[in-house]
Amino acid sequence: MAETTAKRSIVPYGPQHPVLPEPIHLDLVLEDEKIVDVLPNVGFIHRGLEKLVQKKDFNEMMYVIERVCGICSFVHGMGYCATIEKVFDVEIPDRAKFLRTMWSEMSRIHSHMLWLGLLADAFGFESLFYQVWRSREQILNMVELHTGSRLISSVNKVGGVLKDVDDDKLKILSKTIDQIEEDMLRVQKVFFEDYSVQSRLKGIGILTPEQAHALGAVGPFARASGIPLDLRMRGDNAMPYIDFEPITSNDCDCYARCYVRFMEVLQSIDIIRQCIAKMPADHTLVTPVKGNPQGEAFVRLEQPRGEVVYYAKANGTKFLDRFRVRTPTFANLIPLCETIKGENFADLGLLVLSIDPCISCTER
Amino acid sequence: MAKLANFTPTILKNLFSKPATTTYPFEPFKYPEGTRGHIENDIDNCIFCGMCTRNCPTRCLTIDKATHTWTINRFDCLACEYCTVVCPKKCLHTVEGYQEPMPEKSTVTYTMSEEAIAAEAEKKRIAAEKAKAAKEAAAKKKAEEEAKAAAEAAAAEAAPEAPAAE
Ligand code: SF4
Ligand code: SF4
Repeated sequence: MAETTAKRSIVPYGPQHPVLPEPIHLDLVLEDEKIVDVLPNVGFIHRGLEKLVQKKDFNEMMYVIERVCGICSFVHGMGYCATIEKVFDVEIPDRAKFLRTMWSEMSRIHSHMLWLGLLADAFGFESLFYQVWRSREQILNMVELHTGSRLISSVNKVGGVLKDVDDDKLKILSKTIDQIEEDMLRVQKVFFEDYSVQSRLKGIGILTPEQAHALGAVGPFARASGIPLDLRMRGDNAMPYIDFEPITSNDCDCYARCYVRFMEVLQSIDIIRQCIAKMPADHTLVTPVKGNPQGEAFVRLEQPRGEVVYYAKANGTKFLDRFRVRTPTFANLIPLCETIKGENFADLGLLVLSIDPCISCTER
Repeated sequence: MAKLANFTPTILKNLFSKPATTTYPFEPFKYPEGTRGHIENDIDNCIFCGMCTRNCPTRCLTIDKATHTWTINRFDCLACEYCTVVCPKKCLHTVEGYQEPMPEKSTVTYTMSEEAIAAEAEKKRIAAEKAKAAKEAAAKKKAEEEAKAAAEAAAAEAAPEAPAAE
């Protein structure tokens, strides 16, 4: 009977829409309130950053690649440098490795906290939103203390890092992360047990492990579907010296994504603590590289949003031939469309948010 | 009930604690040490080598060797600190305080002080004199060596001729 009564309508949604965090356009096929099909469309904020690689030399390009995304800026800079280091075949000093790991975990904390706040906003819990962002402010202050800038830190360099951190700054950081952990543990119950939160998140946007695997989901989105895929397990930078187990959940819904990201904040705090404790005493920060890069390299890293892939091709001059970034949101778009199908129109904002979309990353 | 009152401890804590925000601008903001506000040039140490202008990712710097000026367009500057890394004299550094808003993009020019220019000219003069002296000495030595070589050659030429004359 449903077939005869339901009438299909197509609703264009975005790129400008009050509930959308990022400029993505979706063509939705609706049957009453239910979404039966969806077609994504990106390309509204393409900036052609990858093309700039032919105009800026490989050292300057670091500052361009950092600006691919404001939130994962540090990891983009680090990934670019790691790729060029792989082309040069140099090993960075140990202290630089630990600093890179520590700073990338700091950026993971503030990215996940941003997401948790936006999630609280999306399900209409304004005070929780501000509570999380209030804690996030502390970690941003720490990033500024360590690198001189709140978001775009510009501390990477091909061959190492540019800034060192003294013991005082490490002590301040460890005190601050204790404070953040305490604050987060206080709101943990709200995210995990609160009635209104559960009623908005549980059972919404199911992505089964098979679908996640077949469609190539990455990052917390895949881990929330029970796939223990975390590139940090490959042991980049200081990760071989650090105790680490990827966090997964078998619920496969929006609640699971919230759970995974929340627990990852606590896990990153733990990783930072280990980094501080094991920080090498040798203050060498840069392995000098000589000449121009020649050859090509791939690097895979775990960003706050998931797996990112960098590819560089160098021709022996100071300009690279090609530099390519495959960002996690790009990989997560297709699984996202799968989760949207069959859901209510009213949950759409929440569903799009649940992959932590970064469209400016995707389009570069 | 347990499902409902989870946020209450946080609310109570917030009610009885200091606000997280400050009353800027009445209460000035305290920057952490080493924050990147804007670039300053310790211009008297600058040698106008142009490393900073060539390497700046946004090309917001210009130098003029003739007038001893270094100009920065602060509205284009990213405060990335790359110029401070490449500067051979380490005369660039970042200090706190961001560029204030203005109706249009403007530049700031640093000019080398008279004394520094005079000192530099003096240094150049001394260096030039030294170079000249060294060059003269070298020329003299070369001339001497040439004369000696010529004398030796003449002697060598004369020697084999002697048996032939016998
Ligand atoms: S790199 Fe330093 S010394 Fe050279 S022109 Fe720039 S500021 Fe002056
Ligand atoms: S800080 Fe960066 S953008 Fe600003 S002048 Fe220096 S190199 Fe150029």
